[in-house]
Amino acid sequence: MSYTPHTAADIQAMLAVIGAESVEQLIADIPSQVRLAGPLAVPPAMSEPELVRKLRELASSNLDVDSTLCFLGAGLYDHFTPAVVDALTSRGEFATAYTPYQPEMSQGVLQAIYEYQSLVGLLTDMPLANASMYDAATGLAEACLMACEIAGRSVVAVSDAVHPRYRLVLETYLRTSDCTLVTVPSQGGLTDPDAVRLAAEAGAACLAFQSPSFFGVVEDSESLIAATKAAGLVSVVAVDPVSLGLLEPPGTFGADIVVGEGQGLGVPMGFGGPLLGFFACRLEHQRRFPGRIVGATVDKEGRRGYTMTLRTREQDIRREKATSNICTNQALMALAATVHLCALGREGLRQVSDLCLQKSHYAADQLCLNARCTPAFDAPFFKEFSIRCPAPPERINEALASQGMIGGYPLGRDYPALGDCMLVCVTETKTRADIDRFVDATRQIVETM
Amino acid sequence: MAPEPLIFEQGSAGRRSARLPECDVPVRDASELLAGRRLRKRLDLPEVSELDVVRHFTRLSHMNYSIDTGIYPLGSCTMKYNPKVNELCARLPGFARLHPLQPESTVQGALQVLFEIQSMLAQVAGMAAATVQPSAGAHGELLSLMIVREYHLSRGEPLRQVVLIPDSAHGTNPASAARCGFKVKAIPADARGLTDVAALARAAGPDTAAVMLTNPNTLGLFESDISQICRIVHDAGGLVYCDGANMNALLGLTRPGDMGFDVMHFNLHKTFSTPHGGGGPGCGAIAVGAALEPFLPVPVVTCGSDGAYSLCFDRPQSVGAVHSFYGAFLVALRAYAYMLTLGPEGLRNVAEMAVLNANYVRARLRGLFDIPQDRACMHEVVISATRQKNENGVRALDISKRLMDYGIHPPTNYFPLIVPEALMIEPTETESREALDVLCEALASIARECSETPEVVKGAPHTTAVSRMDETAAVRNLDVRWRPAGV
Repeated sequence: MSYTPHTAADIQAMLAVIGAESVEQLIADIPSQVRLAGPLAVPPAMSEPELVRKLRELASSNLDVDSTLCFLGAGLYDHFTPAVVDALTSRGEFATAYTPYQPEMSQGVLQAIYEYQSLVGLLTDMPLANASMYDAATGLAEACLMACEIAGRSVVAVSDAVHPRYRLVLETYLRTSDCTLVTVPSQGGLTDPDAVRLAAEAGAACLAFQSPSFFGVVEDSESLIAATKAAGLVSVVAVDPVSLGLLEPPGTFGADIVVGEGQGLGVPMGFGGPLLGFFACRLEHQRRFPGRIVGATVDKEGRRGYTMTLRTREQDIRREKATSNICTNQALMALAATVHLCALGREGLRQVSDLCLQKSHYAADQLCLNARCTPAFDAPFFKEFSIRCPAPPERINEALASQGMIGGYPLGRDYPALGDCMLVCVTETKTRADIDRFVDATRQIVETM
Repeated sequence: MAPEPLIFEQGSAGRRSARLPECDVPVRDASELLAGRRLRKRLDLPEVSELDVVRHFTRLSHMNYSIDTGIYPLGSCTMKYNPKVNELCARLPGFARLHPLQPESTVQGALQVLFEIQSMLAQVAGMAAATVQPSAGAHGELLSLMIVREYHLSRGEPLRQVVLIPDSAHGTNPASAARCGFKVKAIPADARGLTDVAALARAAGPDTAAVMLTNPNTLGLFESDISQICRIVHDAGGLVYCDGANMNALLGLTRPGDMGFDVMHFNLHKTFSTPHGGGGPGCGAIAVGAALEPFLPVPVVTCGSDGAYSLCFDRPQSVGAVHSFYGAFLVALRAYAYMLTLGPEGLRNVAEMAVLNANYVRARLRGLFDIPQDRACMHEVVISATRQKNENGVRALDISKRLMDYGIHPPTNYFPLIVPEALMIEPTETESREALDVLCEALASIARECSETPEVVKGAPHTTAVSRMDETAAVRNLDVRWRPAGV
């Protein structure tokens, strides 16, 4: 199977126009000593039906979340996505277009990105959002590097209640940028109220925290941001956009940079990618802002239109002096989030947020009442909660798996002191019967351990 | 085409689209559950019907050019056809509906896909191992340079802080090097349009961390001295990085590892046909030689002697991680489906037909435009509008815009920087001879217009939804989001 349209006659006719004897003659610049002697050692070609059969077989060897009951979150979430999202993002006009360098032929994606930036701005209460980053982890890393530039310092302070994987990516980015990372402790699932003082004493440019935190706990963002500003540090906040249907956003509290994972807004979990990092900042930081930005303007005839703007920060113009090396964005994921938020609308997002809040609290209460679990922390949570189990979480999960269920994330993997704790996620996709089944199975498992 | 109002300017207060089930657990007061946290007072999201949403985004899609619409000869971007069966594969629930933290025993098929695509990429690269963790070409560059840095540090050579980059390189190369803490030194091109080997030999030394080279280079020419270049850099103690943006020209013909490269990135969204999505998602997978394999990011997918796949985090020399999880799995999956479809002969055919198409365009445009390097090229050809500029005051930008009136997306313009008034044309292998003829005839017609009616070209485009944008006003009156009245 091949996607090249050339017939033998086409090839001969084209070679005649070129004035070459053979295609071989055209690639004569490749020295013979580096030419591949035989065919590439990759599997032989497949027809479309053979391919589909093979991929279906591979897919069916996985246990997808529709065939089980899955209570994992920890950074990626199973939220309901209206069918209209895939229907519109599948359109070839969006899916098979390139970065909109030519605005006259790209108004569709440009306007969609402008609407996406507006939605991020509305959700986070920030004035300026970019046309997306790869994911929350890299978004947070870019935000902290930007904070170092703003503050003129090279130390980043991060709360240890931030997703461990985000912190690993942050550490990886900082190490090659001659910046250092200081991790400030959390207490009771929340960033230590003393974190700002510790960060300031370490000479940090910024304090980065996440709300809801990795433990599911809703931070006191208002106080943390106020203290960070008072200490002269840049505030960097990672948020779950779905929680902003209910909670006052960090922008309202004066955050400098807001980032987060947009996957929960209509992007498939897809075994972890592609994802959607969103990124917003205050206007005064616009010159240090990474990534693409779309602005509204007018054309020669005065008609409203959209174009990429503030381009002088970017790598194709500034080369080694650019604010970031990023040149792509996650436009199709940003489009999915845009359609998703439009389809949900004001009431829909509120309802999703409220269902997450109600159902996760119901599940936590039931686990405590019936399955001898206790809350790991005494703090408010949104759709995930950390719970102390009467048996090792890994063993509970093994037993759940034999009943076709996937339990929560064992926190001991990243926090040895929380070896008996599990991070359980309950979104609006779970019914009361699902939760009861999970609680009942957990009860039976812990009773026999 | 009528302008499309913003979605915020449509709808009506109280209108709803998606409906969710009523709450089936006892409802408690949110302010009690979230005690001590401020609840949101105002949320200005659109209030529209589902049909409003469908019509809005369908109309927007009509204002967008795409591969599905027509030929997209954007040099360096490899805008080839994106097969539909790959979309079907990526939507199978057994892939799309997997959580990345599920027990390994429940995701063996997904891990097998990762393991096999990485093996296939390593094979195409002629290198020891690969990872699909980076999410874009620039991300792959960054990860590669992180690995280069760790490699030199591990050998006790912290002073290797210079990265040599040809002046024809993509802007991401110097930006990635700078982001990684390296100093950038530019290497000029010689009269052949290739890397000046003598200049490179003079620049390479004890401070050289790496050379970043695009092969074929951005002029569409194969760097035929590549083995010598790699030898010079290796003798100086540096590493050689291949920017794989132009890998489409090499598939099955030659492998960067065999040329002497130590590390490279692929753009799965170019070479392996995954949709560009209007600028993303991409996947900037990298491949490394054996000496750099210990530095790959975690986790690494391994296959045990029992045939079971697992994720290995225990890699003491790893640089760390550059993604929240394992990279853009569903993008890698599409590339996997593509490679399985083509097989070894099909992959080689991609490169050969890409080269044939570019040379056909070069031959047909000869005499109409200046062609700075008018000899056999690889997958793309760079022409110049210098003649049109000097004789008629028409610039490469004008020609690009005029092409839109012929219903064709323009080539990349003003790149590479070393060619004045550059128009960089990459037809890709999936375009037929007839499609190339339409492109060439449009360019021939525009070349005539440049001398006969230059004002028509300079005022283009005339037929698109909007004409040229006021970029200056966009910066001066920065408007980057809609705001509700009173906010």
